[in-house]
Parts: sequence; structure tokens; C-alpha cells
Amino acid sequence: MRREKQHAVPPAERATPDLDSGKYLVMWQGPQHPGITGNMSLRLVAEGDTVVDCETHVGYLHRGFEKLMERRLYMQNFPLVCRIAVPEPDFNEYCYAAALEELAGVVIPEKAVWLRTLSLEMIRLASFLMWIGGQAGAFGHGTIAQWSVTMRDYVLDLFEELTGGRIYHMYIIPGGVRGDVPAGFWKRVLATMDVVEKNLDDIELVMFHNAVFKARAEGLGYIPRDWVDQYGITGPNARAAGAGRDLRKDSGYLAYPRLSFEPLVGTESDAYGRARLRLGEMYQAIDLIRQIVDRTPANGPFREKLPNPLHWKIPAGETYVAAECTRGEYGFYVVSDGSDKPRRVAVRGPSYTHAVSVMERLVRGVNIADVAGLMVSLHTYPPEIER
Amino acid sequence: MNELATRLAGRYGARDWHDQRKDLASVAVDVIRIRDVLAWLRDEEGYRHLSFATAIDNIERNVFTLTYALRNHEARQGLLIHADVDRDDPTVDSIHLLWGQAWTYQREMKEWFGIDFPGSPRVDEEFVLEGWDGPPMMRRDFDSLAYSDATYAERPGRVTHDPAAHMRDRLFPEAAR
Repeated sequence: MRREKQHAVPPAERATPDLDSGKYLVMWQGPQHPGITGNMSLRLVAEGDTVVDCETHVGYLHRGFEKLMERRLYMQNFPLVCRIAVPEPDFNEYCYAAALEELAGVVIPEKAVWLRTLSLEMIRLASFLMWIGGQAGAFGHGTIAQWSVTMRDYVLDLFEELTGGRIYHMYIIPGGVRGDVPAGFWKRVLATMDVVEKNLDDIELVMFHNAVFKARAEGLGYIPRDWVDQYGITGPNARAAGAGRDLRKDSGYLAYPRLSFEPLVGTESDAYGRARLRLGEMYQAIDLIRQIVDRTPANGPFREKLPNPLHWKIPAGETYVAAECTRGEYGFYVVSDGSDKPRRVAVRGPSYTHAVSVMERLVRGVNIADVAGLMVSLHTYPPEIER
Repeated sequence: MNELATRLAGRYGARDWHDQRKDLASVAVDVIRIRDVLAWLRDEEGYRHLSFATAIDNIERNVFTLTYALRNHEARQGLLIHADVDRDDPTVDSIHLLWGQAWTYQREMKEWFGIDFPGSPRVDEEFVLEGWDGPPMMRRDFDSLAYSDATYAERPGRVTHDPAAHMRDRLFPEAAR
């Protein structure tokens, strides 16, 4: 039976539970748990097995990246930026590289445009494959997690072949990309896409038509459409609520304006609706990768020559470059004072909104057993909150 | 300067409009009017999405420059709004009632820069720096290396390399000349 939508309690009506009354139990969920990739805690106040209040606690992964970047040369920051969102390092690389290129007036070659787009779509698929394993696992479907993590490994094999690294690639660098595709690479990309697509068909059958998954996910963590602007919600969380926004279409960066696709838009942003939409975006990523394989130029340079990296000074200025990652708007705000080190780098990750403000509102009224499933359904990565 | 720049200048005395890209501009306003400007842009001009809010320590001018990044999804335009606040008395109007996630950015700016936003929920609580007793760490005059050297002991037998020196001496010796 479909459960009622759980509308969150507006802040003005939020009552502070009297913890001395003996009615409530304070419990911590995290920092290690299946709800998210990374470490983050929720301080839950429960009445019976229902959560009545929640505070998000972060800080377990703070490594001072933004401070460190002010002390380092522009090129030295590349090993740092990819670590800000571990499962999706390529979006950090792209945003940082594109911001520097914009400030320095560097135009990248055509082939690099396509290879960057390939890298971003491959990591989108890999990240979604890890997410769907977590989403299924949170509701007791561990088999799907084993399938999807295997599929993710096949995509990581492609990354290893293309970049030399499985997790951190450092493939997108200022001026273009670090290397050309190896011989026979396109054939292996297409073969892997066929395997992943077939597995997604299986996952769709087993997970999305499963009575337990539907019973627990439908109505859980419902995000009304009018929250999207109110809370700065982006990505699948917003698109599932009916907001047809996708920076790949709206900003038209890299090769996306030349690819054939339309943003997927849902009607209900609950855990089930968001999972459905992300499944659709996984198929869409496979389709985009096939288009990229077809259209990437076979020849031509893949990197523009840059000045000496030890003496590279970026003209004074500022910019904000954003890309559509799996979870929404991912952006780098870079300020240069004309020296060889950035004056300020601020990273905007979608988890900042989704895991704190939105999560704290959505979790009230939820059964303790559903909290992990709700967290995964928002698809958050704590490292990008703390930077 | 486009029509929005003219309206902002006429209504709020905005200045220094700069078109960075065809879909991104920046403008500066007085910090005393920041909440009014942001509310007006949200309600009247379609800039309903707050991407982020942060600060830059412009210590040479003794100010923190606050940056609010807004986006108008319909017009596909981004706008960076800057406001300088005195570094010796960094207090700014809170915008937590304009956007539901703004209090988190303000809590971060309080912890990282020492900028206060009176009335903002949980603004005085620790954010990512649990148990931190040093000065606000994103201020330019906070030397993280000196703090680290003074606070933590060296591990015996461990050899460290300065990254810049390593690049210069080992990775790119030709380029360094």
C-alpha cells in the first residue's frame, strides 16, 4: 500500500523536544554508515521509532583544501581538487581547469572538448552505479549492490586504461586532457556499455518492481516543487520534483550542445521517484557515451601548450564555472590576484544543501529504519561539504 | 551595461558591473543593502537560485568581500554580488529567511572568517572545525604552516618535501631555470 507523502515540518513550527521528559531517545547515526559515501553524522531525536528532530554534523573529512590551495601554485592544486568529491573527481578537475582557462584566455582543442565530455559521462555512469548499489542495499537488496559495483569496476577499467588511475584520474588538466585514447579503446567502451546496459535492465526488473522497495521508497523524503528554489536544490532531486533544469542543456558547456538529449523530468521527488529518474539518467549517460564515441575526432591535438607551470601567473579576475554532476550543480569559484597562486577558491557542491538543510527537514517524521534509505535517495558526498 | 545593471545602480547604488561571460556578470553593492538587494533580485528579477555564498579576505584593503552567487534559471544568467565589510567589525545582515540553505553558508563564514550574521540559526556552533581553538582559519593572516609547526610535533625519522621545491628540483628542473 502506498504511504502518504511525508511533508516536512516548516522551521517555524519546529518544536524543540524536551529531552528531560523521558519521552525521547537521542541517538547518533554515523559517521560510518550505509547512507552516504564518506563520513557524516546525524544526531537524531526519536520518539519511539520515529525521528522528531535531526541535526547534521560534518567535519570528519575536513582537509583544508581551500586554504591549502591559496598556498600552492595553480598546477599544484590538481592533486587536491580531485579529492573533494571522491566518487566523481572529474567534475572537480573540469570546473577548476575551465575556470583557469577562462581567466587565462586559453582555448582548448576540439578533441579535448570531446574527451572531457567522455570523461564526465563515464564518471557519471560510474557514480550512479555506486549510488544504486547503496540505495538498494539500504532497503535490504544487497545483491543489486554486488551487481552494480561490478559494473562500476568495468567502467573504472576503462578509466584505468585511459588515464592510468581508477579513482583519481587527473585527466582533465588546463589546456585540454592529459593523453589521447589508446588503440582499440572505443571498441572496449562500446562493449562495456552493452554489458552495463543489460545489467541495468536486470536491475530495473528486480529493484523497481519489487514490492518491498516500492513500499519503503514511495512517499519517503518527499520534496515539493516549491522547495527547489527555496533550498537551492539541483540535479535529480530537483528534476524529479518537476524542475527541468540541467546545466548541460542550460549552460551548454563542452560538447553537450552538439549531443542529442533532453533533461529527464519527473513528477514526484520521493525516494522512489528520484531512483527512477537516476536510473533513466544512467541509460542517458550510456547513450551520450555512444554518441561521443561516434563523434570524437580521430585526429588533432588534445592539449594546448601552456606556459611554464612553475611560473604560470593567471591575470587578475574572478569567475564561477559550474557543471552538472550526478547530484546537481557543481561549481568552482576562482579568484586570481594576478600572482602564481589562487587568491581564493570556493567549491560549491550540491551536498552542501541536500545533506544539511534539506536532510534535516526531510528526516522528521521518518522511521529510524528508513533514515539510511532517505540519505542515499538524496545522493550526498560529505567531502564536498567540508573541502 | 545592461538594463539590470542600470536598475541596480538606480535603485541600490550598485557599481562596478562586469560581464565576465555572456552568462555571468558581477556587481558590487554596499553591505548595508545586501539583504534588500538579494531579496529584490530574487522576487523581482527572477534570480531565485542561491548557488553559494562565501567571502574573500582582502586584507590589503582591510575588508572581507562577501560573494553571493545567484542564478536566473529562466534567463540562464548567473550573477555574483559583492559587498565589502569592515575587517575590524565584520557583521552582516543574515539572509536565512530568504533561502533555506543560507544559514549553513553563514555558519561556515562565521567559523572560517569570523564574519558574524546575527540571528542566523546555529551561527555560533562549530561547523567543520570541531574543537578548533585557533583564529578563523581562512583569514589571510592565519599561517596554516606556522600553526601546524607550532601545534604538532615532528614524527622522528620522517622526511618531508616542500611541494614547490620538489616540483622545481625533481620534476621540472629544466623549466625552473
